[in-house]
Amino acid sequence: MIARFVPNRAILSVLTLLLTAFAVAAPAAAIEIKRVVSPGGIEAWLVEDHKVPIIALEWAFEGAGASDPKGKEGLANLAARTLDEGAGPYDSQAFAARLQDNAIALGYDAGRDGFGGSLRTLSDRRDEAFELTRLSLAEPRFDAEAVERMRAAVLSSLRRDQADPNYVGRRLFYSTAYPGHPYGDEIRGTLESLPTITPDDLRGFVKAGFGRDRLVVAAAGDISPEDLGRALDHVFGGLPATSANAAIPDVEPKGLGETLVATRPTAQTVMLMGQPGLKRSDPDWYAATVMNYVLGGGGFGSRLMEEVREKRGLSYGVYSYLIPMDHSALVMAGGNTVNAKAGQALDIMRQEWKRMAEQGVTEEELADAKTYLTGSFPLQLGSTQAIARILLQVKRDKLGIDYLDRRDAFINGVTQADVQRVAKRLLDPNQLLTVLVGRPEGVTATRTIDGGS
Amino acid sequence: MLPNGPTAPPPWKRPWRRLAAAGVLAFALAGAVPAATPAFAAEKGVFFPETFTLSNGMQVVLVTNQRVPVVTHMVWYKVGAADEPRGVSGIAHFLEHLMFKGTEEVPPGAFSRIVAKNGGRDNAFTSWDYTAYFQNVARDRLELVMKMEADRMSNLRLTDQVVYPERDVIIEERRQRIENEPADRIGEQVNATLYVHHPYGTPIIGWPQEMATLTREEAESFYKSWYAPNNAVLVVSGDVTAEELKPLAEKYYGGIPARPVPERVRVQEPPISAARRVILRDDEVRQPSIRRNWLAPSYRTDKEGYAYPLQVLSEIMSGGPTSRLYRSLVVEQRIATSAWLGYSPSSWDMTSLAAGASPAPGVTMEKLEAALEADIRTLVEKGVTEEEVATAKKRMLAEAAYARDSLTGPAQTLGAAIATGQSIDDVENWPVRIDAVTADQVNAAARAVLGQTNHVTGLLLPLQDKGS
Repeated sequence: MIARFVPNRAILSVLTLLLTAFAVAAPAAAIEIKRVVSPGGIEAWLVEDHKVPIIALEWAFEGAGASDPKGKEGLANLAARTLDEGAGPYDSQAFAARLQDNAIALGYDAGRDGFGGSLRTLSDRRDEAFELTRLSLAEPRFDAEAVERMRAAVLSSLRRDQADPNYVGRRLFYSTAYPGHPYGDEIRGTLESLPTITPDDLRGFVKAGFGRDRLVVAAAGDISPEDLGRALDHVFGGLPATSANAAIPDVEPKGLGETLVATRPTAQTVMLMGQPGLKRSDPDWYAATVMNYVLGGGGFGSRLMEEVREKRGLSYGVYSYLIPMDHSALVMAGGNTVNAKAGQALDIMRQEWKRMAEQGVTEEELADAKTYLTGSFPLQLGSTQAIARILLQVKRDKLGIDYLDRRDAFINGVTQADVQRVAKRLLDPNQLLTVLVGRPEGVTATRTIDGGS
Repeated sequence: MLPNGPTAPPPWKRPWRRLAAAGVLAFALAGAVPAATPAFAAEKGVFFPETFTLSNGMQVVLVTNQRVPVVTHMVWYKVGAADEPRGVSGIAHFLEHLMFKGTEEVPPGAFSRIVAKNGGRDNAFTSWDYTAYFQNVARDRLELVMKMEADRMSNLRLTDQVVYPERDVIIEERRQRIENEPADRIGEQVNATLYVHHPYGTPIIGWPQEMATLTREEAESFYKSWYAPNNAVLVVSGDVTAEELKPLAEKYYGGIPARPVPERVRVQEPPISAARRVILRDDEVRQPSIRRNWLAPSYRTDKEGYAYPLQVLSEIMSGGPTSRLYRSLVVEQRIATSAWLGYSPSSWDMTSLAAGASPAPGVTMEKLEAALEADIRTLVEKGVTEEEVATAKKRMLAEAAYARDSLTGPAQTLGAAIATGQSIDDVENWPVRIDAVTADQVNAAARAVLGQTNHVTGLLLPLQDKGS
């Protein structure tokens, strides 16, 4: 399947046509979010919807997973891979069979700032689904066979990724920006660290990290608040009241102004660049969101796509994005281009950085960004699981249970001056950490790394 | 992001977890059970679409889903890369890009901008058998996107000024998607070797030397030949009813005159009796892998009734951690880190069935290949059990229940099915037909497909074989 470039979003801007259409309907507001507190005191947000016989539950343990002990990098991720490999009375194959036979999807994911869990079940299988989830959290087995098998799979994926120039670029960027900090580590660990992780390490990780004090839960679908309350106590009630996660320090990205070239024998150069961004809680978040949309967050028609792809055919895709983390933040851009044109493409991207910093956005760009950012949001609510995931994110970001009703106002309140202010604050083409993977021509490197990784 | 093309065995790169999901998608393509019925029931009915045909022959398919006031609007053209004239490979995909390059009313580049400024998202994709364009928008923007999509069905205006920079873009796309990654390069080579004569052996994006010479005139000629309402299907999913949709469809698409469209004349594969091997060695590769492809019937070419049994077979062999291949190669023998088998029947002509694995550390490719072959041989010789079939069918029907819980999934499934020669009735009967599959049928299909010796084996290896 070949498609046009698909960045995260679509676009901005002008045009003659058809509707003058602003004020797109905001159906997100039609969604009613209920706060459910279980008899045992566990809180969750719920979008109740009985039209489809499906229940989605999403949860996270805040802070768990971000910081693996030195030498044990990859611990949280290996735990995520192994939690559903047998629990309670069921070994790996038996546990998997119970999930599969009931069409239950249960999975875990170790993130930078938290450890996530995800359950999707048909509502007539919910008791089984909740029980298997409870077992995976409270009584994971970490049998040696399963741990070895998952370790081998992670090692294999790490080796496989070494042939991917995009991966090599990301690794080089983060290890340069965050040396010595967990954000600079490969979350899956390394070929050296993974073999040192034992089943006891995994048990210790679960015991320390899975406390109710760090638990955030959201749900959607075919379940009443009362039934969800009972399920919350069943699934999470037996976990310890408190967790013992190591605190992660705040950190500023390093390597600003550097241009690193990792030479690889590839047909294209992968470009990745970034500098300090802003956190989700920053008052300028919405102004930055608008700025990013115009710069390169909007896919077709963003300034980067227009200049690099549409006008000059230099790239299939070029884009920018914001990365808010709990302890740091980035504003990033990236793209791929043929080696011979890498210098030209990079120059254009830096010029656009500069133009945005100096001039901000036009009134028209601002208006179009607003209609897109408000109007497209409901498109993210396309499935039961998607709704639960968005609720979880809103809850984790502490935006308030009425956030979906207020979101449009935050975006519509952004002014040209706001964008100008935040662009000037964030964007400095001379302070970008730039990473190039390939054989880029026309680029002056401050450091060259043979072989890349 | 979108579902698989006609022959889309799971990619090399993925461990089984992702693979299982891909498998589910491929079949869920066909599956789901309505809200009102028990989840595991094998009754007719998946998406419960409504359908009607405009006076010019354009088919319209609607799946109403009123959970959120948004819609997916898709137009599918029954033409793809396998319909290209020889020597202009990639023209179908190039034209897909050029469809965004303007009409009288909508200037170059404006299409996506207008959709976006109306809070929508749009894109397009090309396969061997179809080309599709879609917009996801709030329900009150449906008319807007219909008007624009209908406009470019017959009013595309191309200039050299917009065409040739876009040709550079697709060449970059090829570099990014295929040339930059060894795993994708071997996939392309395996495909080119499996299909000796049929255009499925030609990459959708095109061969690089031909892409570099594609012209505006060739794109226009392809457009004029194939882009007609009577060769298109409109599929809408979301918060709209047939009463609302019908007048809009008549107004915007119904007025476009039908035109004669060429028949799809595809060459057929000659008899090939040789097993073939394709080996790609690349210095970048740290994790080797193996795959083997066999030709297999698609829904449309399925004379023997193998298409449904092969899906059940795929579930038995590769449907998650309790499947035969994963259990055998990864859990029990511990010689692989991943193992899979994939089959997708949605294809105009024949398709392929593929199996593959990645070795565990210290395991040679010879040993892995022998073990994979042994499992296949055991399957062909001894077959599957009634119990395995029953369990697999139960899982498939249950997984299928999720398919309707999506805005875009139903539209993609129905559009792809119709564009590859299936009827809506075929899609809606998927649960019944899966439920009717017997062990004998699975075994017959396994023998017929996996018993062929004219398969292609692809090996992705490091430059220097260090004994992995």
